[in-house]
Amino acid sequence: MKMKMMGLAASLLLLGACAGPPPPSAAVPGAPPPGPGPSARAITPGSEAQLKYRVGDRVYFAFDRSDISPEAQQILERQAAWLKRYPNVVVRVEGHCDKRGTRAYNLALGERRAHAAKSVLVALGIAPSRIGLISYGKDRPIVLGDTERDYALNRVAITRVR
Amino acid sequence: MKPWRSKLSRAFLALLASLFWVATARAALHINITSGVVTPMPIAIPAFLGGPNAAAMGANIARVVADDLESSGFFRPLDPRSFIQTITSPNTPPNFPDWRQINAQALVIGGVGTTPDGKLDAQFRLWDVFAQQQLAGFSYASAPQNWRRIAHMIADAVYKQLTGEEGYFDTRIAYVSESGPLRRQIKRLAIMDYDGANNRFLTNGRSLVMTPAFSPSGQDLAYVSYRSGQPQVYLLNLNSGQVRSIGRMPGITFAPRFSPDGGRLVFSVAAHGVTNIFTADLRTGNTTRLTEDDAIDTSPSFSPDGSQIVFNSDRGGVPELYVMSASGGAATRISFGSGKYGDPVWSPHGNLIAFTKIDHGSFYVGVMNPDGSGERLLTEGYQVEGPSWAPNGRVLVYFSQTPSDPQGRGFSSRLYSVDLTGYNKREVLTPGNATDPAWSPLLH
Repeated sequence: MKMKMMGLAASLLLLGACAGPPPPSAAVPGAPPPGPGPSARAITPGSEAQLKYRVGDRVYFAFDRSDISPEAQQILERQAAWLKRYPNVVVRVEGHCDKRGTRAYNLALGERRAHAAKSVLVALGIAPSRIGLISYGKDRPIVLGDTERDYALNRVAITRVR
Repeated sequence: MKPWRSKLSRAFLALLASLFWVATARAALHINITSGVVTPMPIAIPAFLGGPNAAAMGANIARVVADDLESSGFFRPLDPRSFIQTITSPNTPPNFPDWRQINAQALVIGGVGTTPDGKLDAQFRLWDVFAQQQLAGFSYASAPQNWRRIAHMIADAVYKQLTGEEGYFDTRIAYVSESGPLRRQIKRLAIMDYDGANNRFLTNGRSLVMTPAFSPSGQDLAYVSYRSGQPQVYLLNLNSGQVRSIGRMPGITFAPRFSPDGGRLVFSVAAHGVTNIFTADLRTGNTTRLTEDDAIDTSPSFSPDGSQIVFNSDRGGVPELYVMSASGGAATRISFGSGKYGDPVWSPHGNLIAFTKIDHGSFYVGVMNPDGSGERLLTEGYQVEGPSWAPNGRVLVYFSQTPSDPQGRGFSSRLYSVDLTGYNKREVLTPGNATDPAWSPLLH
């Protein structure tokens, strides 16, 4: 499953390179690097803060896509490892979209993105019952603004501790 | 929640419908509104006559009638200060030369009074000034607080008499009111008269809400709320204020619309990365799946005869518009222009489908024929979206976001109406930011 995912992501990368525009992975702002965030002392093990600042709580998507990029795959692998380390933690994956879609379509697209991220976690051995899912479409933007970077930051699936 | 429609029910708002005069021949005075640009018809609407207790009410009713007709773009109400004749009785013919002289083609003369049981009683006659002929005459009675509805019904009658099409003034618009920080907006379902009067909030803002749609009776709204923690379709009865779920489905449910007979809802269910279209029978609760593929199928809208459904799907790779039988099955793609399409809405006459289109960073609202031909874009904007038809199929309401700073980090959202020719674009006044408008059926 994992190999298949990686293969898919790699071929997308290739496609992107041939087509001219930057590949999906380059178009995104990059994984928010774990840390620095709050000081080590302030972070509770197994907390959402730890997930956000030490593991990486979000993965990004290309415009109107829900494919898991290699970078996203790596972050989800770290999330899966973290979830295995804290087996009592239950999470919910939130799907978001940039605003260049209708409200209804983006609600569906957000669900598709959240499901794509959840599927990777499940494939990596996390019980589906530990992973809830919700879509906010374009109604809860992570950032405001109209730059490509703003849009990219809003095309995201965020894993939050419940 | 205070029930509001009880006092507006048909029985209560007894339209006395006494026709004072039956015109024997087709009226000579007529606006042909099939062409794009119309020279507005000059019309005189003096303050309705009232006794000492009703003078202000008479002036208010005349003003609302004038505002309604003016807003359609087909009428030009004349300045009352230009009037020569002072009307002294609503029941005697006017002095036509006085109205010809100020070039009024049509003249509305009315009166208001109070019935023995305390109702407001309004009557009017519509005159063709040049033919010196009465075209219509009606009277209405209702509780005094419904005076705006009486004015809207009078405007609807004048509009219908002079254009040949049904009016749309005695209607309401439901929408989503937005307030608070733009990244975490408070969204409340709201409803108001079509002209922005009598605004009321229907939800408290604790849960995200979106995309209201009216039932054909105008008495129920279907909408999406996150009140359970997940987006789900709910029904709100405007009479009772009661809210009910359409039942649990495996996944999130959204994008609801009623069937033309009001007996069913059609909506989307998203689960496992796939969004399909279902219907729910509102009496039995039984659901039926209409699409079955691994794409996004959403924004379904019935044709007015109930036989077909137009919807939005990315089954071909890009969001486009498709039409299928109301029982599901094979679908035909109808949108072929550049960009992405969404939000299709079948017109009340069945002859057009309105939609949102996103192309090269711009948003558009447009219309096309149900077979996909004849695409016309009515408005373009930074973000224009979510069209809904007036019940006469002549006017659309949509929402438009405008950036308030160059980076787009702030914006305002407002409702606009536009004639289906693309002319006569006007803001529909709301108390604050507004999105997702839904135009009600005629209330009378």
